[in-house]
Amino acid sequence: MSGIPHDHYEPKTNGEKWLNSRLPIVGLLYDTLMIPTPKNLNWWWIWGIVLAFCLALQIVTGIVLVMHYTPHVDLAFASIEHIMRNVNGGYMLRYIHMNGASLFFVAVYIHIFRGLFYGSYKAPREITWIVGMLIYLMMMGTAFMGYVLPWGQMSFWGATVITGLFGAIPFVGDAIQTWLLGGPAVDNATLNRFFSLHYLLPFVIAALVIVHIWAFHTTGNNNPTGVEVRRTSKADAQKDTLPFWPYFVIKDVFALAVILVVFWAIVGYMPNYLGHPDNYIEANPLVTPAHIVPEWYFLPFYAILRAFTGEVWVVQFASFVTGGIVDAKFFGVLAMFGAIVAMALAPWLDTSTVRSGTYRPMFKWWFYLLIIDFFALMWLGAMPAEEPYASFSLIASAYWFAYFFVILPILGVIEKPELPPETIEEDFNAHYGKADADATPAE
Amino acid sequence: MFKKLAIGVAFALALTPVASIAAGDGEQHIEDFHFSFEGPFGTFDQHQLQRGLQIYTEVCAACHGLRYVPLRDLTALGYSDEQVIAYAADNFEVFDPELDDFRPAIPTDHFPINNGVGAPDLSLMAKARAGFHGPYGLGINQLVKGMGGAEYIASLLHGYTGHEKEEAGAVLYENTAFPGGWISMAPPLSDEQVEFTDGHENTVDAMSQDVAAFLMWAAEPKMMDRKNAGFVGVIFLTVLSVLLYLVNKRLWAPIKGRKH
Repeated sequence: MSGIPHDHYEPKTNGEKWLNSRLPIVGLLYDTLMIPTPKNLNWWWIWGIVLAFCLALQIVTGIVLVMHYTPHVDLAFASIEHIMRNVNGGYMLRYIHMNGASLFFVAVYIHIFRGLFYGSYKAPREITWIVGMLIYLMMMGTAFMGYVLPWGQMSFWGATVITGLFGAIPFVGDAIQTWLLGGPAVDNATLNRFFSLHYLLPFVIAALVIVHIWAFHTTGNNNPTGVEVRRTSKADAQKDTLPFWPYFVIKDVFALAVILVVFWAIVGYMPNYLGHPDNYIEANPLVTPAHIVPEWYFLPFYAILRAFTGEVWVVQFASFVTGGIVDAKFFGVLAMFGAIVAMALAPWLDTSTVRSGTYRPMFKWWFYLLIIDFFALMWLGAMPAEEPYASFSLIASAYWFAYFFVILPILGVIEKPELPPETIEEDFNAHYGKADADATPAE
Repeated sequence: MFKKLAIGVAFALALTPVASIAAGDGEQHIEDFHFSFEGPFGTFDQHQLQRGLQIYTEVCAACHGLRYVPLRDLTALGYSDEQVIAYAADNFEVFDPELDDFRPAIPTDHFPINNGVGAPDLSLMAKARAGFHGPYGLGINQLVKGMGGAEYIASLLHGYTGHEKEEAGAVLYENTAFPGGWISMAPPLSDEQVEFTDGHENTVDAMSQDVAAFLMWAAEPKMMDRKNAGFVGVIFLTVLSVLLYLVNKRLWAPIKGRKH
């Protein structure tokens, strides 16, 4: 594996040599665990571990839940109650799985916005970024299908609304929607395929996570300065980095433990806070809930979906130009997916030569505005589709797109960035002071 | 769902002061009753649950069912196995496909399904309704008040104003807790309707809370176990965090020099 120069595993005993010449798995694990990591990483860099933990947590709890769950429209809701009442520790398993999804999304949003601020998406880390976006899309699909499985009212109607989005595609929409649902409406066929895919996708995510890690282990981690690790020699690299084990493993696990205190308190004391009461009512195709609201982690994009109504001139223009093929509904769907595509394109839209937002005086403020915009969209997504929320949604959606397609390209040209430090070592010493003795990393 | 910690962080401080203004628009009125099971250390009051069961059996069960609640779970209310067997046999009949006939219920049966007059099942009612939504629909006040399912039920039961109207051939009763203000359920409780053996207060107000507490138990029978697990886990993880903090500090100490 190419990358930052560092010590590699040397088999010593005959047994080790025997294994290594046949399957160099110990060397692979060693290189992965001892990967040189920029020593100035701050606390925003701990979320990767949290995400890996979430994936493992969801897979483990999910596998056990499947042992007691029944994917059938007549039995699914009752089987959840069976888990909650009769299965040993079932109520904890389910509440952990339920809230684990929320922790997963909290972590992924912070992880993504960390990347957006520190320019982690920029060359040479575009592949890491794109793979990350794929993981995020897969997560959304998995979470959405998982929410359908309890077969509550919000499960059913959420599935109806979201699969309805595909029906908005011109010409082939209805056919695609029917194909996805396995019938004309959300029913047993839908529940069964969602169950199957909900079990499959996490393993696809796990595979993509390996690719994600492989990619950034090749390019090296980004860091708060955005300055690259010196690769001229092993000695130089060691001045900028520390091995992942034990320094960052311990640091990250400490952070994880603190986060889990909060997580466990939510599971223990208010496990339904992030859920919707309507999902404790069994699905009923004949009764539509008063408000169909997606889970909180979909709300920003749900707000974008709803923002583009037929009264917006852009929508009318698009409809006119395409001869009515792109109507308001389809435009909304395009905007929603476009909002995620915009993020994925960030590596090519950002023209700045400086990677880290720390040294970009103008960028910072636009970025902070993007964070506010994200929360504003989240709030607006939960509000009814009426004034003044509709206008706010439109403004907030417009800013989301403007940030990626206008502000990022222009800033790189007009902004005068500050000078980042020469090396990571310099940045680290400026923060923490030079080590007293010339301390060498523990082996 | 919209209730989310992160939005909370962003908006709670900005919006909370106007919450009282926003709430006063004549919509549902949910009273914030105090229940013994609230808060991190709150526990079910077994006497209250027993009273609630009695009210449920004598009043609610006429129209409503509790299809997901097994009768055997009633031992959690402090009854002995014999008492549960007697209660099941005395109060409910279930259809047995093997006998092809009805027989008295036994503890392994569930409370019967009962939706003949369109009354909703009450097994999960205390979790299927949220009493508190504010401010601005963000649900942040649930952090303080709880979800409010039991409060909703209690408020509904004593929220009748006494006004009636007829609409499309059905009688609707005005209720300050019901969304929309008019409910098709006639006021189910009246003062002194149920006699408690210990002579406990049996006003509509008191009975509303008793039956609401019982339905909270029916919806979340493992609540005490869950809070215990929460407490043990939080303590364990806090200690683990402190230890990891110290390990981390010590590990990095030689790397981070003293700042000069």
